[in-house]
Amino acid sequence: MVGTRHSSTNLRRTLFVCAGLFLLFVLAFLISSILGAQRLSFDGALCALTGKSNCSLSAEERAILFDIRVPRVLLAGAVGTCLAAAGAAYQALLRNPLAEPYLLGVSNGAAVGTMAALVFFGAHEWSRPVMAFAGAIVATFLVYRLARGRAGATPERLILAGVIVTTFLSSAIVFITTVMDATRIRSFTFWLLGDLSGTTSNLLAVAFAAAAVGVIALVMNARALNLMMLGERDAFDLGVEVSRVRLIVFAAASLLVGASVAASGSVGYVGLVVPHLVRLSFGSDNRLVIPAAAIAGATFVIVADTLARTVIAPRELPVGAITALIGAPLFVYLLRRGASSV
Amino acid sequence: MLEARNITINYDSRIAVKDVSLRVRPAKVISIIGPNGAGKSTLLRALNGNVRPTVGEVILDEQPLQTYARRVVGQRVAVVAQEADVRFPVTVFEFVLGGRYASANVTAWGWESDRDIELAQNAIAETQLIGFESRLLNELSGGERQRAVLARALATEAKIFLLDEPTANLDLAHQATMLRLIRSRCDTTDSAAVVVTHDVNLAAEFSNEVMLMKDGRTVAYGSPAEVLSEQLLKKVFDLHVLVDAHPVSGAPRITPVHEMKSVPPASAGGSIDQ
Repeated sequence: MVGTRHSSTNLRRTLFVCAGLFLLFVLAFLISSILGAQRLSFDGALCALTGKSNCSLSAEERAILFDIRVPRVLLAGAVGTCLAAAGAAYQALLRNPLAEPYLLGVSNGAAVGTMAALVFFGAHEWSRPVMAFAGAIVATFLVYRLARGRAGATPERLILAGVIVTTFLSSAIVFITTVMDATRIRSFTFWLLGDLSGTTSNLLAVAFAAAAVGVIALVMNARALNLMMLGERDAFDLGVEVSRVRLIVFAAASLLVGASVAASGSVGYVGLVVPHLVRLSFGSDNRLVIPAAAIAGATFVIVADTLARTVIAPRELPVGAITALIGAPLFVYLLRRGASSV
Repeated sequence: MLEARNITINYDSRIAVKDVSLRVRPAKVISIIGPNGAGKSTLLRALNGNVRPTVGEVILDEQPLQTYARRVVGQRVAVVAQEADVRFPVTVFEFVLGGRYASANVTAWGWESDRDIELAQNAIAETQLIGFESRLLNELSGGERQRAVLARALATEAKIFLLDEPTANLDLAHQATMLRLIRSRCDTTDSAAVVVTHDVNLAAEFSNEVMLMKDGRTVAYGSPAEVLSEQLLKKVFDLHVLVDAHPVSGAPRITPVHEMKSVPPASAGGSIDQ
């Protein structure tokens, strides 16, 4: 099957698709809040979640649900939104269906930032996400500066610069790891693989804010991205302010990825697989792909995190391991299906 | 409308265009011909701001091109370049609709209005792509894709068309159709077109003016009859040609004379039936 035929996207279709995906998200949210190492009674939890009082939940169960579970599920959703939307944006911007949010050094930058925080500010808990975010932004900035050439930061130059910065930062990570002590290394490694167990309300707030700002900025430039996806020169000829759109999209996508990595480490495959699935099902119009990927990404990570929490309960797997376990075979399947987006 | 005034363009440390002037006027089609590397495409790219001239300036509607926002330029000048390199699944209709980007009338969230859709459909009809709307662009043949690119340009409602070898991948029938389309667009709506082409005969047939370029310079610029002469063509292409008049249209007809002495003239088969 070479590719599905799509009718032209319009506002109504987009809203319809997004509404459907949102329902799926709500379902995932509800189920995920109820499941976990600590089994909560289904009726009680559902009742509490829908806001009723007088539910058959003990105070302890209530605390678990609302203080631990729900924030964590919400953070999982926010991370998924950030990564999937950023992935869709990178793929369009770099004109490469294989682009992943981590291609441009963002995750390694955040990792280096986190390591610096652990080594230098170990006592301060807040330093980790702040430094992770700072690291992500610095790496992004480096990549963009490196990629600027005569014709601007073209996709080819961006990818090249991204690879350079990523590999450089990887060696920095290895270097710092050798001087780190053993206990820190273990928790750091887990975090590096994507770990949502450290959810705090601050992290949640940051992730939500970033998701909102980033996704809105991307959606506003979605139409321009449609044209840039087909060639920057064509887009320029058709009236797109190419360098400005490129900068905004790049910045927004980096904000999304930076916040996500700061909150939960590197959760892989979401930014690669979710936009592909969305494009395969609904077409390449970014005005639909970006919001749809944002919602579907949230669902995807929520499901992955639920599995991470329950599969070997009471122990936890890093959520990044689950997304990789689901994502990699899924991607192979997409490739073999001859998805014309690759 | 659109004018290049004594522009020189340095490109990759080489002078691609030297002191060229060109004037685009309503209802006129200008063809630019010349050998490969003559600077034709670079000149074309300068006309819509894709390339900045090092010396001289490009004037659009009496103002320097740089003073306009990209969107405004996109509304007034449309480009038909080589077929798009498409790596994502895009339908022909979505592709042609993309030409409406620069137009002002969009609904909230940037969705196309009914008028945009209508214009896109008209453009598809004009380029004989009806029935292709839901096909993916990268499933089409080169010629069909080229027509889609033209349709997108037609959908922009621009008054000035810049075409870079628009007939390159088209069969004979579609070559004629494409140029006829451009010609009638220009005549009926007072639009203008600048066409870079290798096909000197099509240029002779469809243009009002021809610019002959070599090594970045203008060798000749005038009517087809003036420019497409045997001496000028020999000078520029280093090729012996014969120029007479097309028996039906009267336009100059250029026939290369290939001096291939070692090839015997074609003879009838079987010598027995002489």
